[in-house]
Amino acid sequence: MTTAPPPLGASQPNPTLQNAGAVQPGVGHEFVSDATENLGGVVVLRSRVFDASALRRSITRIGHEIVERNYGAHEVVLVGLYSRGVELAQRLASSIQQVEGVLPQLGMLDVAFFRDDIGLRAVSPSGPTEVPDVTDKIVVLVDDVLFTGRTIRAALDAMQDLGRPRAVQLAVLVDRGHRELPIRADYVGKNLPTSLAEDVRVRLGEVDGGEDGVELWGPKEGLA
Amino acid sequence: MTKHLLSVDDLAGRDGIQRILDLSGSFLEVTQRDMPKVPALRAKTIVSLFYEDSTRTRLSFETAAKRLSADTMTFSVGTSSVKKGESLLDTVQTIEAMGIDAIVVRHGASGAPHQVAQWSNASVINAGDGRHEHPTQALLDAFTLRRHRGPSLDGLNMVIVGDIRNSRVARSDIKIFAALGVNLTLVGPPTLMPSSLEGWPVTMTSDLDSALNETDVVYLLRIQQERIGDALFPSLREYTSRWGLTADRANRLKPDALVMHPGPMNRGIEIADEVADSPRSLVTEQVANGVAVRMAVLYDLLGTGGPVV
Repeated sequence: MTTAPPPLGASQPNPTLQNAGAVQPGVGHEFVSDATENLGGVVVLRSRVFDASALRRSITRIGHEIVERNYGAHEVVLVGLYSRGVELAQRLASSIQQVEGVLPQLGMLDVAFFRDDIGLRAVSPSGPTEVPDVTDKIVVLVDDVLFTGRTIRAALDAMQDLGRPRAVQLAVLVDRGHRELPIRADYVGKNLPTSLAEDVRVRLGEVDGGEDGVELWGPKEGLA
Repeated sequence: MTKHLLSVDDLAGRDGIQRILDLSGSFLEVTQRDMPKVPALRAKTIVSLFYEDSTRTRLSFETAAKRLSADTMTFSVGTSSVKKGESLLDTVQTIEAMGIDAIVVRHGASGAPHQVAQWSNASVINAGDGRHEHPTQALLDAFTLRRHRGPSLDGLNMVIVGDIRNSRVARSDIKIFAALGVNLTLVGPPTLMPSSLEGWPVTMTSDLDSALNETDVVYLLRIQQERIGDALFPSLREYTSRWGLTADRANRLKPDALVMHPGPMNRGIEIADEVADSPRSLVTEQVANGVAVRMAVLYDLLGTGGPVV
């Protein structure tokens, strides 16, 4: 079996730790990060990036930015990437509805079969793709963490098969850097400088159980 | 899954079967899109090596491979060097030399795909070998039934009717449905029943009418005239009157009972026209689901870079 080269200090690859991976809520395992590999050694909480209210305010602000930039929400289709992007897109939609009185159209996108690391690790689908007609609409892709950009590359490919939107924009809760492709986000909840050994953990109640929050974890020995 | 899919046993029991069925559900959704194709197996090459005639299985595998963006090659015995006397080993080595990732094998000899798997570095998928197994048929049958009675099939009653002894479909279906908790009853002429039940958790009878009373699903096997040879039952008319699913028998089934058949059907022999075309019949749905199930099998064997841990 071939696996992707592990990042610094990584141990066994863990198939449950995937960017768009299947997440089982409330199973009691620690909530899942955007990192593709498990972190080896002892990891500790470095900082709390968002608590529940900060996360809610951040989504509200992104919602405002989306309607400001697109002169309303009539032509906007929010397309969430599994698993947490789908939930974030729903929250963004209700937030926009409160501001504009218009509920933007919603879609759900599973990018598993469009990824470029199929064959390097186990890539499993997370849910059905359901996207309304996007022709001449403005698609806003929604994901929790922007890291290498490979998920978004896969999402752009998947979108191409679903129609020809007028524009595609990207909204993420956290941009943690380390891009491997020329991709950037249009709407960012928080720019969070990280090292590759660190791990951004997003928890959304509906997906992961527990209270909403974003935390940065990293190896203990790297604290100095 | 292991590297090859030669038998239902390679699916590693109930959990492994459920996993492939779940994956098939994702691929069914893909096949229903306006653009029913994904790049998942780009640059993989899949060869179908068919030593026996087949319409649906071969087309189904090829469609599945193409919807995954794999390259496909077809090898039909009738137009190949087999006509010149080339052996199976030489044929496999020739195909292998072209650099391929999977071979889909159908062969009249039981065990031929196992043999190919020993000779080849590619993944081998059994698309039916003699009287042995037809695992992707079993998967698509389980998938189809699960869409109507699932997700759990535990405690469902199924009657499998026909030539159990010579049927690779029966052997694979018995394994998969038993693993999924279905209660199985095998029905047919005593001459077409297996000589031993091999420890299968099934009951056997030759009386179809009593078996149909409580059943939720009737699975009819094709009378394989090419494999039976000698007369093992008096006549086809006799077969139909005792073991065929006639309109009359179908009317006595439970209102929601379902009818399945692996195809091709001998209409008027094991299944009456009216039954084959009735709303109870899942026959065309079985064919439609075959593509999604075979996409899942190909993806699982070629797309994960090894067994899923």
